[in-house]
Amino acid sequence: MATQTQVMPGRTTALSTSSQSIKRQKVLQIILLYLLSIGLSLLFIFPFFWTVSTSLKALDELFTFPPTWLPAVPQWQNYPAVLNRVPFLLWTWNSIYIVALNTLGTVLSASLVAYSFARFRYRWREAIFIITLGTMMLPDQVTMIPQYVLFHKLGWINTHLPLWLPSWFGGGAFAIFLIRQFIMSLPRELDEAALIDGANYWRIFWQILMPLCKPVMATIAVITFIGTWNDFQRPLIYLQLRELFTLAVGLNYFNTLPEMGGEPMQALLMAASVMMIIPVIVLFFVAQRYFVQGIVLSGIKG
Amino acid sequence: MAAITESSAISYGGAKEPGLLGRLAGAKTALQANEAIWGYILLTPWIVGLLIFWIGPILASAYFSVLEYDVLSPSKFIGLENYIRAFTGDKQFWPSFGRTFYYSIVVVPLGLFGSLALAILLNQKLKATNFFRTIFFLPHLTPAVALALLWVWLLHPTVGPVNTALGWIGIDGPGWLTSKDWAIPALILISLWSGVGGNGMLIFLAGLQGVPQELYEAAEIDGAGSWSKFRNVTLPMISPTLLFNLILGIIGALKVFTLAFVATNGGPSFATWFYALHIYRQSFEYFRMGYGSALAWIFVIVLMAFTYIQLTLSRRWVYYAGEKD
Repeated sequence: MATQTQVMPGRTTALSTSSQSIKRQKVLQIILLYLLSIGLSLLFIFPFFWTVSTSLKALDELFTFPPTWLPAVPQWQNYPAVLNRVPFLLWTWNSIYIVALNTLGTVLSASLVAYSFARFRYRWREAIFIITLGTMMLPDQVTMIPQYVLFHKLGWINTHLPLWLPSWFGGGAFAIFLIRQFIMSLPRELDEAALIDGANYWRIFWQILMPLCKPVMATIAVITFIGTWNDFQRPLIYLQLRELFTLAVGLNYFNTLPEMGGEPMQALLMAASVMMIIPVIVLFFVAQRYFVQGIVLSGIKG
Repeated sequence: MAAITESSAISYGGAKEPGLLGRLAGAKTALQANEAIWGYILLTPWIVGLLIFWIGPILASAYFSVLEYDVLSPSKFIGLENYIRAFTGDKQFWPSFGRTFYYSIVVVPLGLFGSLALAILLNQKLKATNFFRTIFFLPHLTPAVALALLWVWLLHPTVGPVNTALGWIGIDGPGWLTSKDWAIPALILISLWSGVGGNGMLIFLAGLQGVPQELYEAAEIDGAGSWSKFRNVTLPMISPTLLFNLILGIIGALKVFTLAFVATNGGPSFATWFYALHIYRQSFEYFRMGYGSALAWIFVIVLMAFTYIQLTLSRRWVYYAGEKD
């Protein structure tokens, strides 16, 4: 904990000697805080470093003791080797297009629904909204089995439909809630002026509110992207065919693959992990602001 | 939830009577009816989604839980037998619950404490705060599957860097994920590493930044030290955030699935067989949909009980600045 000693301006001359020692103490404190932050950063970064380092190691280097920090000769061919061992590119494509459809569906349909909740008055609106929020509290375990049965009856097991189609029906409570809060913070006069000018609700939504909602849309898009990319349990349940896998289940499959001729696969597994992690991290760096904002909003207003 | 303030601007042309549909929607004038009908039209996708993907499944799940049902053959009504079997006949039911509690009871408080400590560190207004915040947050972004795989390798009993480092200080590291006694502590370690810098930390940070500076100044004038300021100003002011993170933390910990599924697949010899894994295997490997639904409902009731207890207890320790005494 930092001691926040503050020197009152009027008394500095009288206490010049002690204020100097306070200043020194403060500098020392800042140095300690930096050291602590850097130490913790190393702790958080090290596993990533180790993953990348392992992914570039040769077979005989994997199990040497003590382990080497860096590969003697970086084995870049480990990365293309992953593509030969498992249909990694196909899985990547599956992930990308499911993520894209999911994100688009969530942003579009959630914003329509949010517009309705934020700007229209009708019977049962509050009740439906409370039910909507209630769905956020319910663990997936309850709805998972009946949803599976439903998709089974529709013949959609071993298709990608269960993984993206539901998002086109409102996009989920979290997205609706966040966009609704955002629309409610926009002045209602905007809508009313447009209405008087003869715009219909659709135009108000599309041409006035949507452009203003870009930040919250970006937030929802980033959160949905990362959530879908990382999602494991749903693709695990719905996809049994290797060529339909997303990266998450594909990576797990790769891990459980029997070793070929007893040859260790850790380097390839780590290479595959690196390839799966990188897009998320890149996206996060590009859209960090929106991402952090969304989480913080959900925490404060939820 | 804040209700929308009545808008008075749109009152022209309101003398017309609304149609039947409009009156059903709660409108008194034709214009209001138009608005209400449009509101419903825009809401339609969600109403459908809510019915198909939430309300329908909830009802179906409750119904399945009194059936013997495997999707392919016709179901059979068996009353409360699934529940009785869970409590009395299922060898892995109580142990899996016990393991989940053991895991949660360590992860939740340590995770909360860690997140708060990191948030306080970030709130010291160092120049590189944004940089550190990003670094702390990275593990949280890592896909759980990749996370599990990379930690299996980091915690390798002989050539893993963790045990190598322990060896430097003369400790003979345990087998971690391959050891019956150390598998859950290993998963706890992984969860903490990946979770303390995540959403919880960001929410705490926002909470800390929302504490009015005047309160600290007033406390300083009264001669409060840093601990006393933390105890008497910071903690009460961020207590709503603390409650929010606590509830989310408990729900998240009790639902632990992917990490254990990938890292240990419930092993060694059921040591990390958590409750969510138990539901998964019963439902989607043995296709006991009825029994799986009963297990899921027991889970929901436990979760709701926890949340209810938390909310009740919170009246004693959560302070809402906007609330009048």
